[in-house]
Amino acid sequence: MPNKIIKDGAVTDDNWQVLDAQATEVPEGAVIVPLSLWNGQKDTLAQRGQLGVWLNSDESPQLIADSLDNFDVVAINFPAFADGRGFTYGRELRQQHNYQGEVRAIGEFIRDQLYFLNRCGFNAFALDGVDLDKALDSFADFSDAYQAAIDQPEPLFKRR
Amino acid sequence: MYIYDEHDQRLVDERVNQYRGQTERYLAGEITDEQFLPLRLQNGLYVQRLAPMLRIAIPYGTFNSTQMRKLAHISRHYDKGYGHFSTRQNLQLNWPKLEEVPDILEELASVQMHAIQTSGNCIRNTTTDQFAGAAADELEDPRPYCEIIREWSTFHPEFAFLPRKFKIAVCASEADRAATQMHDIGIEVVHNAEGETGFRVLVGGGLGRTPVIATEIVDFLPKQHLITYLEAILRVYNQLGRRDNKYKARIKILVRAMGIEAFREKVEQEWATIKDGPSTLTEAEFDRAKSFFHSPDYASIDDNAAEASLAEQAAQNPAFANWLKRNVDAHQAPGYAMVTLSLKATGYAPGDLTDQQMEAVADMADQFSFGEIRASHQQNLILAHVRKDQLLAVFEQAQAQNFATANINYLTDMICCPGGDFCALANAKSLPVSEAIQRKFDDLDYLYDLGPIDLNISGCMNACGHHHIGHIGILGVDKKGQEFFQISLGGSQDKDASLAKILGPSFSSADVPDVVEKILDIYVTLRTEEESFLDTYRRVGIDPFKEKVYAK
Ligand code: HEM
Ligand code: SF4
Repeated sequence: MPNKIIKDGAVTDDNWQVLDAQATEVPEGAVIVPLSLWNGQKDTLAQRGQLGVWLNSDESPQLIADSLDNFDVVAINFPAFADGRGFTYGRELRQQHNYQGEVRAIGEFIRDQLYFLNRCGFNAFALDGVDLDKALDSFADFSDAYQAAIDQPEPLFKRR
Repeated sequence: MYIYDEHDQRLVDERVNQYRGQTERYLAGEITDEQFLPLRLQNGLYVQRLAPMLRIAIPYGTFNSTQMRKLAHISRHYDKGYGHFSTRQNLQLNWPKLEEVPDILEELASVQMHAIQTSGNCIRNTTTDQFAGAAADELEDPRPYCEIIREWSTFHPEFAFLPRKFKIAVCASEADRAATQMHDIGIEVVHNAEGETGFRVLVGGGLGRTPVIATEIVDFLPKQHLITYLEAILRVYNQLGRRDNKYKARIKILVRAMGIEAFREKVEQEWATIKDGPSTLTEAEFDRAKSFFHSPDYASIDDNAAEASLAEQAAQNPAFANWLKRNVDAHQAPGYAMVTLSLKATGYAPGDLTDQQMEAVADMADQFSFGEIRASHQQNLILAHVRKDQLLAVFEQAQAQNFATANINYLTDMICCPGGDFCALANAKSLPVSEAIQRKFDDLDYLYDLGPIDLNISGCMNACGHHHIGHIGILGVDKKGQEFFQISLGGSQDKDASLAKILGPSFSSADVPDVVEKILDIYVTLRTEEESFLDTYRRVGIDPFKEKVYAK
């Protein structure tokens, strides 16, 4: 059965399966593998039609900078919602590595972070335990922002 | 001062709505306590010993009479009729109701105020010199740069969940009145040989458990790069700052662990990717920011004549003469002066103001200072542009409100945190100690003879009362469930910043005033003519003090 996630501003079905950090076997279908698994099985994994990788909060996108072409999805795990490293990783993927695929937030992040995550270049959100339709409202917490970010490359001072 | 346009106003209004929704979801049980915590903190709401505590931002310390009247109204209507001006140019209310905080924020938004990022692990309210734009020793007005930083840091999407809180201070004058070296980032406005404006940037300062004086990371950052450079520092910190131990999470620990060279290198690498990018500041943006801080419409006044008649008034009124000497500072404009209203009258908690006093300050600001008010990190208020021929009238009104204690920069102008009377983290009650010291040393002539002394008191090692950088620092400690106070000497917050050294074993609260007296006696015996307390301490060291204080 597909899961529901938020993607590109709407609630949608999702078939990606996130393998946990200890996984060594890779099942059929759309999988998002932990970094260690990617590192250990690069050659075979790179043959798959669909592939995602996930980074923990202490794993910088730097570590996959050379292999980004292999991934349809890069997921960033929030082990706790207060661990804000992922915000920087999202931005780095888009800005420094020019990654165009899906950047997905997974883990313990909360609805009230959606607006900021979106600004940092995330476009998919595997959000647990809340009403996803209602959560969509949080993307509209603010209608504009002072700083340049991924969603708005020009700071407000250039647009006033 | 800065005036919101429709963009700024919309953002604070949207913030109120966002927080109202979050509070409703919290009260309905849809958000856990743990999840609500950072949301309320980022709107200034702590839950304290007796009640929630709300921290309202006064960005870089400048506000106006309308805003002050609103603060008075809020203190009266939603609280118990008083507020506390803190060392961070914020106002704290001690008794708001959690359910009413959205309404308070809405009231604040109606006068272009907010409580955004006054707490939590994010970039906090940027602070600066309370005399900005008026001080005679100023290179430039630092506030346009503070406003640029305020805008950049407000709702910064990447830096709302940092390892720990992050404080930025800016100064632009000879004396550092913003304690910039004690901040996560300290910024000094400087001019290069060509006369261009830039910034000397310091990083990794802070107080708390592990006090550290900040280190220079760049000696001259051309001004257009301010935002991209700050962003690079924050990005390195956000990724590498420790998150496993909150006592080791501040940037000062990271800078120390990496060493400034390695840290600088990381920042430069990060900076290279965004330098000259879209966030590079433009002349148009500097002009816009500066346009809000032009000088008020000064009258043209003959300064010599004004000085002469002041001297006459002072000759007839010794109390006024004292006050002029201690609580009034030199202004840039001829015929004007800066007045510090002392919130350190004996018997009142340092920094506290009643609703009625807030209104009195607002009235005085309207009458004498272009409607503008400043809050200082020494927990006093300032009327920054007073005509010299109106100083006597200001003095009289200040006396009527208990703001005229002529003690600015003297022993009883102390910094003191709320301590055990209000704060859940406290080891000891700091306010009664400050009061006992004020009562013991209420002879002004004695204080003047002692010269300027910073005495700072914190109720625990979090150091909200800046005890590490007081010439005399007093720290509440817990000894087997009993309140004790540790005394340290030789701290300084000025350009020659230093951290105070612990004198020795701690004292009971009742003994503190006598110990302070002993310390002062030793200073008086040892000083050479014209030597301040700090000078003497630096010359003789801590040993003579130690010997006499602990002598049996
Ligand atoms: C009553 C509630 C308060 C609580 C719970 C509180 C909590 C804290 C904590 C935990 C720290 C240490 C942070 C660290 O080392 O990382 C701290 C530092 C500080 N607080 Fe407070 N505080 C309170 C009130 C105040 C007040 C009233 C002021 C101003 C008078 C203030 C100003 C400061 C300053 C200046 C620091 C030092 C910052 C630094 O290390 O750079 N706080 N506070
Ligand atoms: S120094 Fe300690 S006691 Fe005082 S306000 Fe800060 S946390 Fe509370």
